[in-house]
Amino acid sequence: MTAKENRKKRIESSMRPGDTVLYSPLSNLSARNRLGRTWQLVFLSSTIIGILALTALLLNILDRSFGYVVLHAKVDPATFAVDGLPLEEQTKDQLVSLLETELSSGAFNKLNNEKSFEERSRAEVYALVIERLVKYEVEETWPLFESITNSGEIKAYAAQEYPGDKLTFISWLTADFISRPQSSEAVTAGIRTAILGSLWTILITILFAFPMGVGAAIYLEEYAADNWMNRVIRTNINNLAGVPSIIYGILGLAIFVRVLEKLTSGAVFGLVDPTTANGRTILSAGLTLGLLVLPVIIINAQEAIRAVPQSLRKASYGLGATRWQTVWSHVLPNALPGILTGTILAISRAIGETAPLVVVGASTAISMDPSSPFSKFTALPIQIYQWTARPQEEWRHLAAAAIVVLLALLLSLNAAAIFLRNRFARKY
Amino acid sequence: MAKKTANGLKQDKDPARPLLNLKKRRRPGEIVIQSLLFFTGFFSIFTTISIVYELGKEAWLFFRTPAVNLLEFLTGTKWQPHIEEFGILPLATATLVTTAIAMAIAIPLGLAAAIYLSEYASKKMRNTLKPILEVLAGIPTIVYGYFALTFVTPLLRSVFGNDIVEIYNTGSAGLVMGILILPLIASISEDALNAVPRALREAAYGLGATKLEVAVKIVLPAALSGIAAAVILGISRAIGETMIVAVAAGAGPNFTLNPFKAAETMTGHIVRISGGDLSYDSIDYNSIFAIGLMLFFLTLTLNIISQRFVRRFREVYE
Amino acid sequence: MTEINYVFETHGLNIFYGNFLAVADVNINIPRHKITAIIGPSGCGKSTLLRAFNRMNELVPDTHIHGEVLFEGQNLYEKSVDPVEVRYRIGMVFQKPNPFPKSIYENVAWAARIHGHKGNMDELVESSLRQAALWDEVKDILHSSGLAISGGQQQRLCIARAIAVKPEVILMDEPASALDPIATLKIEELMQELKQKYTIVIVTHNMQQAARVSDHTAMMMLNGGATRSGTVIEFDETNKIFTRPTDKRTEDYVTGRFG
Repeated sequence: MTAKENRKKRIESSMRPGDTVLYSPLSNLSARNRLGRTWQLVFLSSTIIGILALTALLLNILDRSFGYVVLHAKVDPATFAVDGLPLEEQTKDQLVSLLETELSSGAFNKLNNEKSFEERSRAEVYALVIERLVKYEVEETWPLFESITNSGEIKAYAAQEYPGDKLTFISWLTADFISRPQSSEAVTAGIRTAILGSLWTILITILFAFPMGVGAAIYLEEYAADNWMNRVIRTNINNLAGVPSIIYGILGLAIFVRVLEKLTSGAVFGLVDPTTANGRTILSAGLTLGLLVLPVIIINAQEAIRAVPQSLRKASYGLGATRWQTVWSHVLPNALPGILTGTILAISRAIGETAPLVVVGASTAISMDPSSPFSKFTALPIQIYQWTARPQEEWRHLAAAAIVVLLALLLSLNAAAIFLRNRFARKY
Repeated sequence: MAKKTANGLKQDKDPARPLLNLKKRRRPGEIVIQSLLFFTGFFSIFTTISIVYELGKEAWLFFRTPAVNLLEFLTGTKWQPHIEEFGILPLATATLVTTAIAMAIAIPLGLAAAIYLSEYASKKMRNTLKPILEVLAGIPTIVYGYFALTFVTPLLRSVFGNDIVEIYNTGSAGLVMGILILPLIASISEDALNAVPRALREAAYGLGATKLEVAVKIVLPAALSGIAAAVILGISRAIGETMIVAVAAGAGPNFTLNPFKAAETMTGHIVRISGGDLSYDSIDYNSIFAIGLMLFFLTLTLNIISQRFVRRFREVYE
Repeated sequence: MTEINYVFETHGLNIFYGNFLAVADVNINIPRHKITAIIGPSGCGKSTLLRAFNRMNELVPDTHIHGEVLFEGQNLYEKSVDPVEVRYRIGMVFQKPNPFPKSIYENVAWAARIHGHKGNMDELVESSLRQAALWDEVKDILHSSGLAISGGQQQRLCIARAIAVKPEVILMDEPASALDPIATLKIEELMQELKQKYTIVIVTHNMQQAARVSDHTAMMMLNGGATRSGTVIEFDETNKIFTRPTDKRTEDYVTGRFG
């Protein structure tokens, strides 16, 4: 007797009338298992697609941050050599005098008025010489992967199409790129102005949104009774968190730029800067972004405060502390890492925001560093947007390089947040 | 000095034992702090009121101009301010197309990813994949816009042909917007799936259900309101998304449902108009507030519905 | 036939959570059409052992098993055995009532449907609910939520749900611990009915319940070793366990003198 027959017999011997015992395995099981495996594959691939998209996005940016480029000099730089000393090796003074002789006096004075030549660094003057005198122009560009795989053909093509011009493999992202101001020529353009603009704006955002957000979170978690008014406040904060960022831009335009123009342009402080464009200043932009991230900061801070155990508050009250004493010396210190982590994440969202800044009136072409909250401004994402929107390839390479800088900035902020979270891992 | 206490008894005036005083004391500092905190809490209400007031006021000015009437605004198929045509439909259809494409990508993929992470992935796998999706969600939208214009559009053009796919098109913007919203839907849905009690899964396994049957027929329906919340939030996000469409979808209103054609969405229009030199009290200035008001109420409604779903979900399981 | 017929036989069964040996060296035979109770102090691995009978343990990552569990003579843990098949034959009722958030009808019909039930579904639902002594209480509200009835009714719904699959064995993991005394009594009466057709294995921490309902009892206890693993120290007919236990620890436990 086989084991199966044996089993069948044993079962039958113990069966009573009405028993329903099945001998055969589930008839549909293999089909069900097949279906299960198919769908598991579908679920996995969907997750992988998300990751592939991320990879493609990053590779695409990398691809355009490096590569071959054909540069055409309108004036051969060799003609500016002084006593056989090529341009690259000349001192700042030599370069300034070169500019003075080659440019019209009007143009030279205009440059001097924007920023006096004493204040400009050698690198800036050199960039000016390249920009105004040598006038390199980008003729054609190739992205990284094509430059690597197709380098022979590109060289042959460039030699044939652009005789006399130089074909070089460049990184669009360089130290110079980061330290140079914005310029109208791709070869000399940089993002210093934009980075400084972003930092100034974010500073205002933090100064406004952090105290307001933490205050609101303390109020809602520690003070607010469960009444009609406070429920409205809570619901309202949740709703504000979902309002599209462009709406905040419109609000900023109406309130900060227009209604509060006297304040945001600095006029009330007696600042009358001819270059400021009314209320379209860093202050307006920072406050707008502040409104935007405020709900996020509040919600994160509320969570951090809620995580502080109730026993701690009871202990404090039990010793006769007032509410604020309890909050200040027990609740806040314990919630602080969580609050900071949440704030950093909110700020990293603000740094990448573009739409509200466009609406509030980020300027397009500024080469002047911002000097106060009342300066005109541009910002890193704005610069990326401007360059991306131009049809010529070279600007898109610059945009890719600027994106690398932006992502690096965000990555370090997020790393800081993760570090904070782990460093002060929850004690409770 | 003897003092009457609450119960009327006189207290001893022994100087060594100070009077017991349990009376409420004024604490001006506490009151000031509490008021300040209340102000910060109340500030958000003020923000909302400002949004509604400012958008409403300028929108009112917009609709009051002779060239505009509400019916034409809602049904007109041309948005051409220079010839005084203000029909929202071309902008609305572009928003519709990009949103629909985005959701067609983000809902199935996001949901499938959520199911994979919550029901199939090992702990180690989950701890690797989830942060990657979170990174995807943290990338600024302008970067997605760049990706749409410089990668997805050329891809679409090489697949479908340059004469069919325009350089700027809503399809590319919608696709990339879908990738942007995928992690949002995946993350919220995964939370909802995770919140379904283990006991339900065990009950289903105990009846001889396969993993797929447990995931799709028991856990998924049980988490449905949480997932609905995620989807609605995703739609709201897609409608309000700006930079991807501003970069990749095209400049200039175009009344078309063809995803390969350039068309400007409501948000894209606001950005383009306000990016130029916009003078106050011009009809262009007023019009962006009218469009903004529509966007605001549209997204607000969706967010409120989404929160309703979340609340319903919590009532069942928490 | 006079020969005792066993549904389950375990041989040297060891259950691990990671490196931790939770249940050690269990050798017991579960007789057919009888109620077998597993009793013992909390944390001694009663539920873990019960879940080994329908391979529920493996839903927890990092669990593995040494030894064998024979079901009708066949090792459940052989590589070729599909756990779905196992759980289809061996149903389970859990500690807390856990109806699906679906209608009462769907709760009962769902599993039969996924298993490809071809007969009349209404009949199956009715007969299952009748066997679970719930039909009269819910026949008019079949399409309202399974969560809308009382805890005791929910637990009987879970039993009906298990019956609808027509299993050979029903495993019950403290099925009455979340219920009030009246609902508990109903479940106990129901078990007496059900053992006519099914083999029942029940985990309980309530010794009176074990004494009332079961035919056989397995007494589990943590072994004294450094590993703190649970094991079956005595397995016999219930009245023997409660009146003439051979192990001193069993005697101490059933008489309430346990540590």
